[in-house]
Amino acid sequence: MADISVTDQDLHHGEDHGDHGHDDHHGDKYQSSFIDRYLFSMDHKTIAKQFLMTGMFWAVIGAGMSIIFRLQLGFPDADLSWLQPLLGGWIDINPSTGVGSLNPDFYYALVTMHGTIIVFFVLTAGLSGTFSNLLIPLQIGARDMASPMLNMFSYWFFFLSGVVMFASLFLNTGPFSGGWTAYPPLSELPQASDGSKAGMTLWLLSLVLFVVSVLLGGINYITTILNMRTKGMSMFRMPLTIWAFLVTAIIGLLSFPVIASGFFMVLFDRALGTSFFLNEIYVAGEALTERVGGSAILFQHLFWFLGHPEVYIIILPAMGIVSEVLSVHSRKPIFGYKAMVFSILAIAVLSFLVWAHHMFMTGMNPFVANIFVLFTLIIAVPSAVKVFNWIATIWGGNLRFNTPLLFAIGFVSLFISGGLTGLFLGNAAIDIQQHDTYFVVAHFHVVMGVAAFFGMFAGVYHWFPRMFGRFMNETLGKIHFWGTLIGAYAIFGPMHYLGMAGVPRRYYSFDTFSAFADFDMMNKFMTIAAIVVFLIQILFLINFFYSIYKGKKQTTMNPWEATTLEWTAPINAGHGNWPGAIPHVHRWPYDLSRYEDRDFVPQTEPLAEGEIDGGH
Amino acid sequence: MTAPRVRRIHPQKFALWVGIISMTMLFSAFTSAYIVRKSAGNWLSFPLPDAFFYSTGVILSSSILLHMAYKAFVKENYQLFRGLGIASSVLGIVFLILQYQGWIALNDIGVFLHTNQSSSFLGVMLLAHSFHLVGGLAALSIVLTYALRKKTLKLTPKRQLRMELVCTFWHFVDILWLYIIVFILIQQ
Ligand code: HEM
Ligand SMILES: [Cu+2]
Repeated sequence: MADISVTDQDLHHGEDHGDHGHDDHHGDKYQSSFIDRYLFSMDHKTIAKQFLMTGMFWAVIGAGMSIIFRLQLGFPDADLSWLQPLLGGWIDINPSTGVGSLNPDFYYALVTMHGTIIVFFVLTAGLSGTFSNLLIPLQIGARDMASPMLNMFSYWFFFLSGVVMFASLFLNTGPFSGGWTAYPPLSELPQASDGSKAGMTLWLLSLVLFVVSVLLGGINYITTILNMRTKGMSMFRMPLTIWAFLVTAIIGLLSFPVIASGFFMVLFDRALGTSFFLNEIYVAGEALTERVGGSAILFQHLFWFLGHPEVYIIILPAMGIVSEVLSVHSRKPIFGYKAMVFSILAIAVLSFLVWAHHMFMTGMNPFVANIFVLFTLIIAVPSAVKVFNWIATIWGGNLRFNTPLLFAIGFVSLFISGGLTGLFLGNAAIDIQQHDTYFVVAHFHVVMGVAAFFGMFAGVYHWFPRMFGRFMNETLGKIHFWGTLIGAYAIFGPMHYLGMAGVPRRYYSFDTFSAFADFDMMNKFMTIAAIVVFLIQILFLINFFYSIYKGKKQTTMNPWEATTLEWTAPINAGHGNWPGAIPHVHRWPYDLSRYEDRDFVPQTEPLAEGEIDGGH
Repeated sequence: MTAPRVRRIHPQKFALWVGIISMTMLFSAFTSAYIVRKSAGNWLSFPLPDAFFYSTGVILSSSILLHMAYKAFVKENYQLFRGLGIASSVLGIVFLILQYQGWIALNDIGVFLHTNQSSSFLGVMLLAHSFHLVGGLAALSIVLTYALRKKTLKLTPKRQLRMELVCTFWHFVDILWLYIIVFILIQQ
């Protein structure tokens, strides 16, 4: 419990005793060695970078996997023997022709790992972990998180979870291959498939560690936001980023334990012979007469009770970042600040009431399905409010078309496109046709996958100077943006069409279905687009790492002329963020273009005589 | 100069409460799944062995003793604190033993973990709860060793906070068990 003293004595020294500087106190007694400073750091800014770098590592792995299985889908007859050095036994070589093809079991493993990695490691930990850590203390005016130690543990549990998942890639029987949703019985019976053997055990272990990481992080984010705001930072003076992180953490805290309960029961079923999710199963003609009475559907309920909130855990931080970036770079206050806050809250509440829209086709009672249709369609309302407000924010603004703004606008475009397809899927009757087709794959990649990546990119380009004291290259950034935007639509646009034609997802090959033979060209096109987009992301990586060392130096403390507190701390601020006292807050965070003669007014500036705080 | 800000609740205490909410979600998930599964029929009913009722008494007493220990701690009464603190952690261990006894008693009447989902659910909840209790026991013993290292008690805000955190968690684990056993009795 060493961190109690950090929080109370060192970190708040400045705050409690007024204005004299305390550099020596909140200095680096925790960071005296290399290991403390870069590895087991308790500083929220370092932990944010750790989350970001780890997330980027996983993004490369996860995206790389998708390229390999896209090759199979686009070019099923191609010779893949050149991949053998990388994939070894997972490339089957035809002994007579010498042509190498992807092992079907491994195809499923790749799809499963791709989903798991991107959803949990990249878009949950990499996105929310990075920006919650970086921005919460800086934007609310705190020296660090409520418990820097728990914060450090949160990262290391994530790291450990990644190590376990990574190890599963090297198993003889391969990693888990039953889909990122891990439905039983595939996830429970080792005899069901190779991936259901040790691969699934490691998958479960990894995700249990991951849940611990999310919970530790979330507890900290909530506590910090609710308890450690600087003087004057009332709830309605918090930037929308902070609102988004707060609500994200709350959703996570309520939904992740539920999936943890499901995971425990799967563990019991696997290891201790219980049958929570098993009933009258036949595997390879053999009846498992002992395993009766359970229900696989029950797992689906537990999974989607997390699963749907999880998609908002992913998208809300991106929404917060986008709100902030749009406002700053169009030099206008966010339109409808309170409406934005309330729609975040409404989305959060509703996100717990719609999970069964993933289960319309499980034979549920249509009257029950109706209730879920209703709530699912209602959730479109707060989503639409946000979209209108973003558009109204940039409308008539003095737009600075730099990379962060472009990515934020791209986010809005993608969120609209993907949200519209959600409305189709949300109708139980239409879903009969669309369920488990590429339409669903297109829907969630656009609305969640790519959109959340765009939010993350907007954030990285925008707060890069805050993290590294330098800027990323604008030209490369713009190429990155246009390439990714056009490429993403090129991949997922045609996919909607495939789905409407009934092409099912999660198929290794369509050889035997003459109905789907017409889509060869389209599949080739999507695969090529995917490869191009992947290569463009490498450009981003180069830009990122090059700029850390060689990027244009940040010379002024507040390069974007933003109003929020993170830009009042010195460039490359040390532990404790502000060398002197913590700044106090006197106004809402969006006083941009409010006055004729002033482009922006920082949150730290006291209200003038008779001036009314904005946003109220 | 600004006046020191008065906090109603210490951030770490607040964090514990947030954590408690999340742990509650875990057990509400178990019990909801229990209800759903039970309504599907083919549900084996069995009487709860006496050991579980004894253990309920034990953990309740343990909580009460710990509360008194906390009172003694605040009054810096070393002797009383030591007695009560140790007694309450011993009762925690007795609780675990009784839970185990209860499970063995179930096995004796032919109810095993895999016999029916009714026993599987009981098993998974017993285990999850025991894990939480072991966590509480670990925290309690750390606090006790720290406090008892010296022959006198000196109350510092930091120590008091630590003690309060442990007590809150311990009471939570206690109430959690009450919830589980009352839930199962009602469901029978
Ligand atoms: C207008 C709002 C939305 C509606 C009405 C909606 C509706 C649906 C429905 C009904 C499905 C299930 C389709 C099926 O499996 O047959 C679905 C799948 C999905 N949605 Fe949405 N959605 C909306 C927005 C979102 C958002 C904002 C995200 C993420 C940020 C998202 C992520 C997903 C994911 C990940 C899946 C598929 C998961 C899987 O089966 O692997 N959706 N959506
Ligand atoms: Cu959903």
